Amino acid sequence: MSTLSLAVRDSSTMLRRNLLHMRRYPSMTFLLIGIPIIILLLFVYVFGGTLGAGLGPSGDRSQYANYVTPGILLITVVSAAQGTAISVAMDMTEGIIARFRTMSIFRPSVLTGHVLGSLVQTMLSLVAVILVALLVGFRPNANAVEWLAAIGVLAMITFALTWLSVALGLVSDSVETASNLPMPLILLPFLGSGFVPTDSMPTAVRLFADYQPFTPVMETLRGLLLGTGIGANGIIAVVWCAVITVGCFLWAKALYNRNRTA
Amino acid sequence: MTSSMNPAIVATDLRKSYGDKVVLNGIDLMITEGTIFALLGPNGAGKTTTVQILSTLIDADGGNARVFGHDLTREPDAVRALIGVTGQFSAVDNLLTGRENLTLMADLCHLDRAAGRRRIADLLDQFDLTDAAGKPVSTYSGGMRRRLDLAMTLVGEPRVIFLDEPTTGLDPRSRRAMWHIIRALAAEGVTILLTTQYLEEADQLADRVAFLDHGRLIAEGTPRELKRLIPGGHVVLQFADQEGLDSAARTFESATRDDAALTLQVPSDGGVGSLRSLLDQLDRASISVAGLSVHTPDLDDVFLTLTGQPDTRAGRPDHERAPAR
Repeated sequence: MSTLSLAVRDSSTMLRRNLLHMRRYPSMTFLLIGIPIIILLLFVYVFGGTLGAGLGPSGDRSQYANYVTPGILLITVVSAAQGTAISVAMDMTEGIIARFRTMSIFRPSVLTGHVLGSLVQTMLSLVAVILVALLVGFRPNANAVEWLAAIGVLAMITFALTWLSVALGLVSDSVETASNLPMPLILLPFLGSGFVPTDSMPTAVRLFADYQPFTPVMETLRGLLLGTGIGANGIIAVVWCAVITVGCFLWAKALYNRNRTA
Repeated sequence: MTSSMNPAIVATDLRKSYGDKVVLNGIDLMITEGTIFALLGPNGAGKTTTVQILSTLIDADGGNARVFGHDLTREPDAVRALIGVTGQFSAVDNLLTGRENLTLMADLCHLDRAAGRRRIADLLDQFDLTDAAGKPVSTYSGGMRRRLDLAMTLVGEPRVIFLDEPTTGLDPRSRRAMWHIIRALAAEGVTILLTTQYLEEADQLADRVAFLDHGRLIAEGTPRELKRLIPGGHVVLQFADQEGLDSAARTFESATRDDAALTLQVPSDGGVGSLRSLLDQLDRASISVAGLSVHTPDLDDVFLTLTGQPDTRAGRPDHERAPAR
């Protein structure tokens, strides 16, 4: 069997394993979907009136629901990534991983199974969050092509952050560490254009916000879904996602292949 | 004798250290195809590390090893295709059912669907797991988990199986069931390397036994050869009075007497033949015995004899030990 078909076959076997885990223990998935929904409701119904007024003369709560949704979508991706780090770290404590390592299989398939499983999980979470956003006043004006492009952007950033969280799950020596390490990621949409425009921030914070990877992704989503200007953000978002994906894939692979002392 | 047969595993001068701690200090192994080889030793002797190296789980720091001619470091995948490993800690997926675990293995061994289903049904039947196949593994007893674990190892029909302490923690009945399975595998021509802390287990199962202590092999041979190295087997005769003890002590000159307990300890291999001759001698001398018990050498005796000291591993660096050979 060629390396590629071996990789596809073993990865899909491992994907089935991860989907089975998710189906049998859905509480984790619900927990991960809950976090972005709570933040969405909080920001629309508690802060939305005030923050909406800051968007411009005609700004109000409903306009803020539109503004904040791309940020909430990234919170969803990050929240799911945290779940991935936890489940990878938990999996590594299981004896079955040692068995996989002594089998003649596509070696990274344990990891690709997690990544593909998380991709499915995150996409389902995103659908749920978008539905709630529509209920609370999110009114996208995207056409079918723009929706497809937005889904593509979300899949890209999910793929990148999932590989990052797989690496974080592997580098953690305990499940607790794995649950804490991705925490700072959840701040990034806040320290970017997710919740308020960056030009309202002090210079130092604004510089960070403008040049961190989440901002171009959120601006691209905003442009695709709501028709605001995208500019160079689309290209920058693609480059960021590609760099994070490749870097974290290599990092995760090296971590998985290192000798583990029993 | 063995040199003319096909070697399944050949290891030369395997070494492994974790930091300052030397775990394996130059291990040589030659395991013939189709035999059961037991690595015997106390906790911390290096048994698990040896299995981890030979099963490609970790790399050795030095030395080399081959499985059916395939070098462990240069052709790990060729080795992995030939071996199966059942570790000390159960290598099963606790979130899945027994059948799902086996299906996972069948898929990873690239069996086609029909062949996989047949193999799984056979294994569930053979390992007495058919009734529990649909239940999550987290509900299994220790013995069932160990059986499932071994069944998963066997899905790919490996030619070499590593069993790391396959019966540790099992009740006597499950242990016997496991022995039965291991013997049946060897009868089919599978080569088995098992580690154990129990001399009895090695004695029951193994064609050859190696004794591992502080990362070194300190003895190797058939169970019979190894036991010959170990005095300590004896028969204890209990007497009703001092007179009986005195006359017995005259009959068995090599025996050790205990006047307070009125017992006599007679060296013996504990076999039926030697017991019969012992009883004949007692008969001829018309000595009446109140009680008799047979003591075969246990791991402590082996350890004491081969290392010349009891098992005091704590705080003693390996390199300070004199070679025990």
